[in-house]
Amino acid sequence: MRLRLEKRLEPSRRMLVLTPVLSVVAIMLLGIVIFDGLGYDGQQAVWELFFTPVLDAYKWRDVATKAAPLIIIALGLSLGNQAKIWNIGAEGQYIVGAIAAAGVAYSTQSLSGFWIIPLMVLAGMAAGAAYAAVPAVLRTRYGVSEVLSSLMLVYVSLQLLSYMVTGPWKDPDGHNFPQTASLTDAQLLPHDIWDSGIPPGLLVALLAAAIFYVIVSRTVFGFSIRAIGEAPHAARYGGFSSDGIVWATLMISGGMAGLAGVFELMQLGRLNLGYPSGYGFTAIIVSLLGRSHPIGVFIAGIVLAITYVGGQVAQTVVHVPNATAGLFQALLLFAILASDLLVRYRIRFSIKADPLTERGGA
Amino acid sequence: MSMTFIIDALVTVIGITTPILLAASGELVVEKSGVINLGVEGMMLVGAIAGFAVTFETGNPWLGIVIAMLAGAASSLIFGVLVLSLGANQVATGLALTIFGIGLSSLIGSNYVGIANDPLDSPFPDDLAKDAFWRIIFGHSPFVYMAVLLVLAIGYFLNKTRAGLVLRAVGENDFSAHSIGYPVIAIRYAAIAFGGAASGLAGADFSMVISPLWAEQMTAGRGWIALALVVFAGWRAGRLLAGSYFFGVLMALELYAKASGFAIFPSQFWAAMPYLIAVIVLAIISSRDGKGGKAPACLGKPFIPNG
Repeated sequence: MRLRLEKRLEPSRRMLVLTPVLSVVAIMLLGIVIFDGLGYDGQQAVWELFFTPVLDAYKWRDVATKAAPLIIIALGLSLGNQAKIWNIGAEGQYIVGAIAAAGVAYSTQSLSGFWIIPLMVLAGMAAGAAYAAVPAVLRTRYGVSEVLSSLMLVYVSLQLLSYMVTGPWKDPDGHNFPQTASLTDAQLLPHDIWDSGIPPGLLVALLAAAIFYVIVSRTVFGFSIRAIGEAPHAARYGGFSSDGIVWATLMISGGMAGLAGVFELMQLGRLNLGYPSGYGFTAIIVSLLGRSHPIGVFIAGIVLAITYVGGQVAQTVVHVPNATAGLFQALLLFAILASDLLVRYRIRFSIKADPLTERGGA
Repeated sequence: MSMTFIIDALVTVIGITTPILLAASGELVVEKSGVINLGVEGMMLVGAIAGFAVTFETGNPWLGIVIAMLAGAASSLIFGVLVLSLGANQVATGLALTIFGIGLSSLIGSNYVGIANDPLDSPFPDDLAKDAFWRIIFGHSPFVYMAVLLVLAIGYFLNKTRAGLVLRAVGENDFSAHSIGYPVIAIRYAAIAFGGAASGLAGADFSMVISPLWAEQMTAGRGWIALALVVFAGWRAGRLLAGSYFFGVLMALELYAKASGFAIFPSQFWAAMPYLIAVIVLAIISSRDGKGGKAPACLGKPFIPNG
């Protein structure tokens, strides 16, 4: 018997949907083995990591809170993914978005009015987009890979954050902690929407997913992104500007990351050194696990949020180290990348000599 | 400026340059074979924890170095299998390797937080290594000498040997190399593993010499600087050596600005500087297309024979 790969004429739609699910299941099984190998109770650890946050209603809010920024950032990234433009510096755009919103908050401390929150949102989105414009300029004018330039800027944004919270915007009443003053009531959204337990960020994520669904599937812009990604030369003959797509995808993903930054700032109530959470990096996993499709991204965002919350549960119950969730997120990404093979190829088991028995082997 | 200060400064620059030189040298070989591995930062962290943990458990730093290289190579092979055998996207897979390295090193390292090892000293006798002047040559950790030898050896290998020529051919035109009988995939596997070992070694330099105390994500983004360095150097070993020390000076400025309370700019400005300069330098190098050195033609493209 032998294994044979056969290229599919078209990517399998069934596999496109099925492989992310298979990846999650595979990682759960692998997790049992890994935890057992490390000397923990593998089955219980995986249970706490993946199922407790789903089954325990008290954890739902945590999951929703963590899912919101992941989904918002990943929706933006999913456009670039389809055009094969890699903004891997979303973490930086997320941080400058929060810094800009905190700047608005800093200068409106003694004011009130309905306009403050919209202004914070606008400032955050504009800052995120502007920060993503740097790799866009560098790529379209100088041919610099957006992968490296966007990533370098993450480290710059971390230093900017550190400077702002230890320097000019440091809370004078903060007992010398490196943090800004708390947001005022006029700068905060209600914790729940209509007392439903749904954080405002998740509602924004849901709306954004709907808007992206329309953009991707119903507009010429959405079509041109896919065209550039799949057949750049043909797309250029078709009159689509590849520079234009670089600009659009980077600015949109930067703006979305900035937006997520604003909501996370409102969620935490102030900016401090602990603000950078790696959501900008995890969102890359979310967008790939969700197959860059708005509905898929929404579900994937919740799955990854579950691993964050479950990681904390597993830490307290099974005493696995805090870093476990990160490791599982990486393994999940490996699995999803490996399973791409099933989308593009068909695997056939066959006994070479006799084509008639080919189906029997499978 | 006194002589002592100048020598101190040079020793500092050489020390902090070494990990990025090691990692960038390895990545140079990987990229010359036509593969871009963005997992340098992750492989460095895996090497860092492996080197630290083995040194702590066995008391033998040399064993730590060997295991760090093996661990770096092993983690790079995850990337290798995905991009070479399964045809996965190199950018996404490299990034996954970095996230994996951060997670794995934090997981293993959770047992070692706050523990310190003795830093690995110069391999030369104290008469030379501690001499007020000669320490500038003999007073470094073994990593420094390994890094310089490595980049020189790679320069020789790529430009003067037949095997180096084959490796470059694979990176420039994989299908031609395949059609005249070179094992493209096997050569790329070897290059990736070599790059992984070099990154592992670079990580061990962090955890065994630069700050011999385990801390999560202690490589702090230096792996990305190493990736930028390869572009900066125009994929040439000689310029890689020079470029590394240039970035070493920038990184030393941060340390000196912190130590002296140098007040014109805040310390965060100096910390951000290597990354800012890297972006600017990438723009300058890339805009001088051709003169700045060209990327291998097949860089980042999957190779699927009969595909």
